[in-house]
Amino acid sequence: MLAIDVISTIFMAAGAFFMITGTLGLLKFPDFYTRLHATGKCDTLGQILIILGCIIYEGFSFITIKLLLVSAFYIFAGPAGTHALMKAGYVCGVPVWKKGDKRM
Amino acid sequence: MMRAMATRNIFMSSCTSTTMMIISFLAVGMIIAGTILVSSYRAIAGPGTFNRVVAANIIGTKAIVLLIIVGYIIERPHFVDIALMYAILNFIGTIIVAKYLEKGELCSP
Repeated sequence: MLAIDVISTIFMAAGAFFMITGTLGLLKFPDFYTRLHATGKCDTLGQILIILGCIIYEGFSFITIKLLLVSAFYIFAGPAGTHALMKAGYVCGVPVWKKGDKRM
Repeated sequence: MMRAMATRNIFMSSCTSTTMMIISFLAVGMIIAGTILVSSYRAIAGPGTFNRVVAANIIGTKAIVLLIIVGYIIERPHFVDIALMYAILNFIGTIIVAKYLEKGELCSP
């Protein structure tokens, strides 16, 4: 029982690390596109690692299937939403940051 | 009686929360709540519409994870249903906002 707790805690700590990294990228990056690039990691990897920790902790029950369903939905939905948002920004003409420019 | 209890045990959660897991769930939940609080700065003061949409998208994603974590903390993991519905709503909202900002209308004939 202790091994399961330790393994799921490690997975959830990795997911929390990716969440913090995505938030730092959202705050510190200089551009719309780079911010979206940072939050894409937070969308997929952080969420999937935390849900994987919950799955390992839960064992096999009916809730595991629902957790797998949430995770499998977000594998497809997160990158699709990110791509649609980035294409909308590119069509609308959001300015692209180049090296040496001011932060926008 | 036994059969009814066995059926009930499949649908109930099989978790017996130890102290270590409660502490780790609380720590992860507090980290995610803090990141939601910090990233709401970009939603309020971000320059332009698109930065605000990105911040709203990421706050929705973190709220899903926070809902699952809170469901484990108060030992009621059936919050996963609400989390699944909220995931679908977040995805559809992002797609609709992106399409509206790109084309200026929602359904063109």
